[in-house]
Amino acid sequence: MPDNHLRSATISVLVENEAGVLARVIGLFSGRGYNIDSLTVAPVERDGSKSRITVVTQGTDMVIEQIKAQLDRLVPVYKVLDLTEGPHLSRELALIKVIGIGEKRQEALRLADAFRARVIDATTESFTFELTGATDKLDAFLDLMRPLGLAEVSRTGVAAIARGAKTIG
Amino acid sequence: MDGTIPATEQMNSGAEAVLRALKAQGVDVIFGYPGGAVLPIYDAIFQQTEIRHILVRHEQAAVHAAEGYARSTGKVGCVLVTSGPGATNAVTGLVDALMDSIPLVCLTGQVPTHLIGNDAFQEADTTGITRQATKHNYLVKKSADLVRVVHEAFHVARTGRPGPVVIDLPKDILINPAPYHEPTAKVHRSYRPRTEPDTAKIKEAVALLKRAKHPVVYAGGGIVNAGPEASRLLTEFVRLTGMPCTNTLMGLGTFPASDPQFLGMLGMHGTYEANLTMHGADVMLNIGARFDDRVTGRLNAFAPSSKKIHIDIDPANINKSVAVDIPIVADACNALKALIEAWNADPTPQDKDALAQWWAQIDIWRAKQSLRYTQSRDPGSIIKPQYAIEQLYKATRGRETYVTTEVGQHQMWAAQYFKFEKPNRWMTSGGLGTMGYGLPAAMGVQVAHPDALVIDIAGEASILMNIQEMSTLAQYRLPVKVFILNNHYMGMVRQWQELLHGSRYSNSYSEALPDFVKLADSFHGVGLRAETVDDLDRVIAEMIATDKPVIADICVDEKENVFPMIPSGAAHNQMLLGPEHDDAGQPAVTSAGKALV
Repeated sequence: MPDNHLRSATISVLVENEAGVLARVIGLFSGRGYNIDSLTVAPVERDGSKSRITVVTQGTDMVIEQIKAQLDRLVPVYKVLDLTEGPHLSRELALIKVIGIGEKRQEALRLADAFRARVIDATTESFTFELTGATDKLDAFLDLMRPLGLAEVSRTGVAAIARGAKTIG
Repeated sequence: MDGTIPATEQMNSGAEAVLRALKAQGVDVIFGYPGGAVLPIYDAIFQQTEIRHILVRHEQAAVHAAEGYARSTGKVGCVLVTSGPGATNAVTGLVDALMDSIPLVCLTGQVPTHLIGNDAFQEADTTGITRQATKHNYLVKKSADLVRVVHEAFHVARTGRPGPVVIDLPKDILINPAPYHEPTAKVHRSYRPRTEPDTAKIKEAVALLKRAKHPVVYAGGGIVNAGPEASRLLTEFVRLTGMPCTNTLMGLGTFPASDPQFLGMLGMHGTYEANLTMHGADVMLNIGARFDDRVTGRLNAFAPSSKKIHIDIDPANINKSVAVDIPIVADACNALKALIEAWNADPTPQDKDALAQWWAQIDIWRAKQSLRYTQSRDPGSIIKPQYAIEQLYKATRGRETYVTTEVGQHQMWAAQYFKFEKPNRWMTSGGLGTMGYGLPAAMGVQVAHPDALVIDIAGEASILMNIQEMSTLAQYRLPVKVFILNNHYMGMVRQWQELLHGSRYSNSYSEALPDFVKLADSFHGVGLRAETVDDLDRVIAEMIATDKPVIADICVDEKENVFPMIPSGAAHNQMLLGPEHDDAGQPAVTSAGKALV
């Protein structure tokens, strides 16, 4: 009997870096009704010939198996790896603009320090922080900034890699 | 295909390079329709004789014709259409081929590269539109890539799970000189479908099958795609093991219909014995089928006590809708070879007594004669559609016959009453259910088999969807026979309205039909009509004897329904039988079932 328990999966996909490849992957998710919680893509080979797509998705075990199989059969896909099957590292980067003056501004700066967020731009009425970390760390920081004048966020989405000597290749 | 660069030769134009690559890929016929963006290819076609071009009357028909050609020969079908509307008209055919795993290469014209994205005349984002309609597609932006892409497209179309591939060709790429090189044997960088089965899994499967008390073999279109040898091996395996065998709609012909071990088709309109055998099985061997919803019925009641072995070339078909116990990713032919070897090597004796008891049970189900109907022979009696198909089958037996269909009731009756002994003889739109498929598909079959008897079993509604191809038949002297079961209704829609929507026949009556006899005549063919049972055999005989396109308008009982039927949302053991049967019930359709298609 199918298990209805939903789980989150972080899937890395190594693809030929050619026109339309991202549209193929996204079209597969929308066409088959799969969720995309986060998606990142960038070339990873020195000659720019391959890109790595990292997708964070949700589904039952059966659906996640389907997603992997569907991704794997796309012609320009080299490799599909479900990082959630083993120990792995996930990071994303956020640029966070906080606008405020006085005590709130001080508090924002103190919290940023505690989270090891870097100040990459400042004016007398604003800070822009750069913060790297796991998704839940970024979420926690943003929750704290909200009452302190959080004005704008730009996030990269998740990049992930397996721990240890294991590679996608 | 990377690696060493093959020797190249400069061609005067991209169009010439494309044609040369098509020839190298074994293309002998293209189905197409010209237009501005593909004129350079048409010019190159004009200047050679090796590749024949069949001018269709609508681009959708070009794709279906190529499907008919591909399915009846096992080769890759080839299509050529222009940009914009040429490409968009082809989309239905492409999705049809995608759903039914038919290998095609479709060349589409495109506006010159410098105009792409400019909303130019007859521009459409063809690769964008066809991305989800194809197995893969390409836009050629550099002349240097052109020939590699053509060769690669054929490789992708025919290997793994076959499917349609689009190559979008901007006009300047077709006009400018381009280098040509022969196909290389180099493996593809990223595309490497698995075709050899895991031997450990094959052994596990055999161990399970040897111990089975109530086994069933369920074989589908994957056997057809794996070539005629796969059908031969399936037959060998089924006979070797003494197991019952059923076919999907797509798989008909892969196991001889006349064999006593054949249960007929399974699924929504499958036989009583096929569906109950599936329901009661303890071990199911699925080869080359994909647990389609038309086959499984309600998933949580599908073959509830069976262990399932699933052999499929597409890993994405495994555990998609039905969780299986032994998944095997392989080409059906290779898998069957391995199964037969492993079966012979495994010393475990089969439980012959249990199998005999299973057959005794199956024979009880068979005795129900779920396809029974009554045809009155009194003069002037109305023709039952089932009888029309049976008489057609009898009249064509012993001939080299190919059958295509449109979609609807006539399609199901053809599947139930026409018997196929060999693969590649039956072409029907299974996955997409495309009305208008049958006539152009028959055209493609007839092009590939000029001397064979090619029949499109049609309905009066479906046939009108691509009727313009009668003109193509006349032009190329393709003597396709269109056998219309004319019941004045979109019969399957009417049947569902009767059973599920309180007999409210909303928009399903075929009003203002043409006179099909005159229609055939005006398209330079021969029109025949059978109004009563007295006319039927004469019309069939005349149709077969005529060496021209024929439309045979067979007037059949308007109220006839297709039985047995598993209503949507019901299980295999909740079949509705026809009015011939005492226990023919009213459908127990749940509201959840009604919402299903």
